[in-house]
Amino acid sequence: MILRTFGFSEFGFLLSALLWTVVLTIIALSGGGVVGFLIALARTSTQKWLRIAAATYIQIIQGIPVLMILFLSYYGLSLAGLQLPPLVAAGASMTIYASGYLAEIWRGCIQSVPKPQWEASESLAMTRAQQYRYVILPQALRISLPSTVGFAVQVVKNTSITSIIGFVELARAGQLINNATFQPFRVFIAVAMLYFVVCYPLSQLSRWLERRLHARSHH
Amino acid sequence: MSYTFQFGVIAQYQNEILAGIWMTIKLSVASIILGCAAGIVLASVRSMKPGIGRILVDAYVEIIRNTPFLVQLFIVYFGLPGMGFRVSAVTAALIGMTINLAAYSTEIIRAGIESIHKSQIEAGEALGFTKLQIYRHVIIMPAIAKVYPALCSQFVLMMLASSVCSAISTNELAASAAFIESQSYRSFEIYIVVTLIYLALALTLRGVLALAGLWLFGRRVARRTATALPEVTA
Repeated sequence: MILRTFGFSEFGFLLSALLWTVVLTIIALSGGGVVGFLIALARTSTQKWLRIAAATYIQIIQGIPVLMILFLSYYGLSLAGLQLPPLVAAGASMTIYASGYLAEIWRGCIQSVPKPQWEASESLAMTRAQQYRYVILPQALRISLPSTVGFAVQVVKNTSITSIIGFVELARAGQLINNATFQPFRVFIAVAMLYFVVCYPLSQLSRWLERRLHARSHH
Repeated sequence: MSYTFQFGVIAQYQNEILAGIWMTIKLSVASIILGCAAGIVLASVRSMKPGIGRILVDAYVEIIRNTPFLVQLFIVYFGLPGMGFRVSAVTAALIGMTINLAAYSTEIIRAGIESIHKSQIEAGEALGFTKLQIYRHVIIMPAIAKVYPALCSQFVLMMLASSVCSAISTNELAASAAFIESQSYRSFEIYIVVTLIYLALALTLRGVLALAGLWLFGRRVARRTATALPEVTA
């Protein structure tokens, strides 16, 4: 039996799979961003029941493994009669996962806008929507940048879990190549390096944003 | 939807579920103890004078924190045998979890150590503390007290992430779920039940860690631990 070795074409396959990791990350962050934003608003709402519902959602999502969200949406969707491709199940579950964490991050950012800002905008007869639109959210956005980018790193890494339901992203591609070449050490080090190449710059960007934010707020 | 839920089927498999829970707890507790101990040592090395030690610790922390846990498990489980170390799935899971958690703990405890003011150490010296006493009472314990809630969040995240170990055939809770699913075809029911068990485990672990915080550091730290949600460190 002739085994393939881990060469250029295999590395090319990993690179094309990396593209799917990036696509899935973008789906998770945009979908999770929209849902998470709404939940963050609910979490900081004046309505008590909305706050409690949002807090419960966040607690549940942050208290269960990403793998379980994945299995539940994968089997849940097929149970509802929808035979969906793994990309949809993966995208849906990563969206749910990201929404639970982004909601909590952004709640913290909204609440860290100083109280006088709320009072000042209220005294200008702004409606609550106007307060959010013109006063609170622009400030919260700036505060949220470092931790949001930091969370993006977690999302990139956690997309690897979707390989377990057979979605071919970077980690799954690594497994497939390993099955063909049986050079696990070389293959998975290459996979890890590719993840690192994506995640490390994001981590550094997050740190740089953090430093810049602190430098500004001390003036 | 014409589906009838049948949760009753799951009751037959309670032994598998209990064995899975027990394995998840054992792996989590062992990796928390080992990973936290390694984190304290590495963060201490890191906070000493600049040099090769600091560079190595920084490299380790960055490499682990910027690669997925699943890939780390693959390297330990599939990669190590090629280098002559054959490890069982459980050992591989424990090694992977410890390596992963050690890097996060190092980063969190390092932040705690850096927040200790220099004047504290000088005050310790003025009181005639030995180097070891200063290290223990002035640096490490207050540093850990400060970051204890963040550290506990990381422990909970690790417990949840241990579900990924099922991918290398470690027989913990998620693997039990997959086994029962393959036997009974009641996928949705079994995953609902196991998800709820994970939720209960996460809340219990947080409660236990808060109690440990009460015993170690007092009421204020314990309260922050109980209410803290997993923090996302950059």
